[in-house]
Amino acid sequence: MTETAPVDSTFLDTTAAEPTRARRLVICRLQVNGEGVAVVAPVHWTLLELLRYQLGLIGSKQGCDKGDCGACTVLLDGKPTLSCITLAVAVQGRCVETVEGLGVGGEPHPLQREFAERGAAQCGFCTPGVLMSAAAYLDELSSSAEPVVRQADIAAALGGNLCRCTGYTKIFEAVHAAATQILQRSKALADTSTDDAS
Amino acid sequence: MLRLPPFDVHLPDELGAALALLAKHGRQARPMQGGTDLVPNLKLGQTKLEHAVLLAGIDELHGIELDDGELRLGAATGLNALAQDPQVQAHLPALAFAASRIASPQIRSMGTLGGNLCLDTRCRYINQSELWRQALGGCLKSHGRECHVVPGGQGCVAALSSDTAPVLIAYGACVHIAGWQDSALVRRHIALADLYDSDGVRHLRLADAEIVTAVRVPLPSANVHVGYRKWAVRKSIDFPLISVALRLERSDTGSLLAGLLVVSVLGPRPRVIDLKALAGRTIDADLAKALGQMAFDRCRPLPNVPYDADYRRERLAVEVRRLCTEMLNL
Repeated sequence: MTETAPVDSTFLDTTAAEPTRARRLVICRLQVNGEGVAVVAPVHWTLLELLRYQLGLIGSKQGCDKGDCGACTVLLDGKPTLSCITLAVAVQGRCVETVEGLGVGGEPHPLQREFAERGAAQCGFCTPGVLMSAAAYLDELSSSAEPVVRQADIAAALGGNLCRCTGYTKIFEAVHAAATQILQRSKALADTSTDDAS
Repeated sequence: MLRLPPFDVHLPDELGAALALLAKHGRQARPMQGGTDLVPNLKLGQTKLEHAVLLAGIDELHGIELDDGELRLGAATGLNALAQDPQVQAHLPALAFAASRIASPQIRSMGTLGGNLCLDTRCRYINQSELWRQALGGCLKSHGRECHVVPGGQGCVAALSSDTAPVLIAYGACVHIAGWQDSALVRRHIALADLYDSDGVRHLRLADAEIVTAVRVPLPSANVHVGYRKWAVRKSIDFPLISVALRLERSDTGSLLAGLLVVSVLGPRPRVIDLKALAGRTIDADLAKALGQMAFDRCRPLPNVPYDADYRRERLAVEVRRLCTEMLNL
């Protein structure tokens, strides 16, 4: 577990013109991308502020900052969550995955590879959030009894992420391609293990 | 960048402890579940608080159970969980549908039933940033004396935008409420329609230290059909600009025994219209038209939410007609 240094005071009380009392600091203990962390932060901080300003994970973006745009989407215990309107103190003991944890061992995730190859990221600001919503969709797809990749399901899963550049077409294509690839790979793995068993 | 103003956060794991905190801090404290409504409102300076009491750790508020001919839905039930629950889908399909149409996948995985029922009211003025609002000065809901959306308006008409409230009213739901009086837990329950008041500033008939703990919905009999339609500009993210729920009780011969039409996003509380004037009529396309006309005649959308009020009135009639038409073959 990593204990971080006390909170950087430049981020304290940016909104209160004249603070009338000391702000309470808390230690938030949570799993971030598989690693246990304990972070000191003001009790009213959001999860996004904790990730960006205390842990230096600036992949999750501060877009509208009020839960409309989806640029701050992270996975909280596997579910897509808007970190800009989630209090950090409310996620004690839970697992957070951000875009930084998507690839494994320096290799990009199939979603990231498809996004790059198909031009699904233009300005790129919405991309980390879109990738996390797409990752949640892929998890759900993989765990369903009869997985089928449907365009309508992809659009619904990405329904909380705004993109002002792409018009979504290339994003949907990239997610579709990554989903198809992952299903084919898991089918091939299942076939191999059936062969081994026989 | 919108930073939250500083406040303290409490994480009680018992209902009594949560209520005692709410009672101790009075108007300076608010209960919070998913925070998807309250946190943006705090960031916009629309709501102010000193203490947030998080309710997620209270076991009693969770769970969906079938009990004595009623479905008990805990207030902390997640909106996605509600939409995907097999019992809700089997017995209250219109509620599952309404929950699946709320906002975005992220909001549905964070938000709760209790939070959706207790959504703050919204309007074109109040749901802007503090800086934007300063240009016009305060309003009836924000330390001012005039309404900026209905000129000359004497009462706040900010609208309730809950998707689950109208459909649960149509199902005849009752809300269970827990409060704190003289250091003791007090419970009561009321019909869901009675939870709402016509004052947009304080539209929930809840005392300061009272919270909704659960909703109980009687299982509808086989001849009762409930449907829901929501109109919004986009298919995702948006709050409804008009929403309608319809309850039709059908006789053996296919005529209307009784029914309710619930129209929401008009003002701070859903409008409930009893359909007894239409009892005995055959449930068919003509009834769908008559219902649409009735909604048009009885409801007058205000310029309180985005979109033209006259258009919303026409649109309301269309949505009611379409909803009834969808339900003809049930």
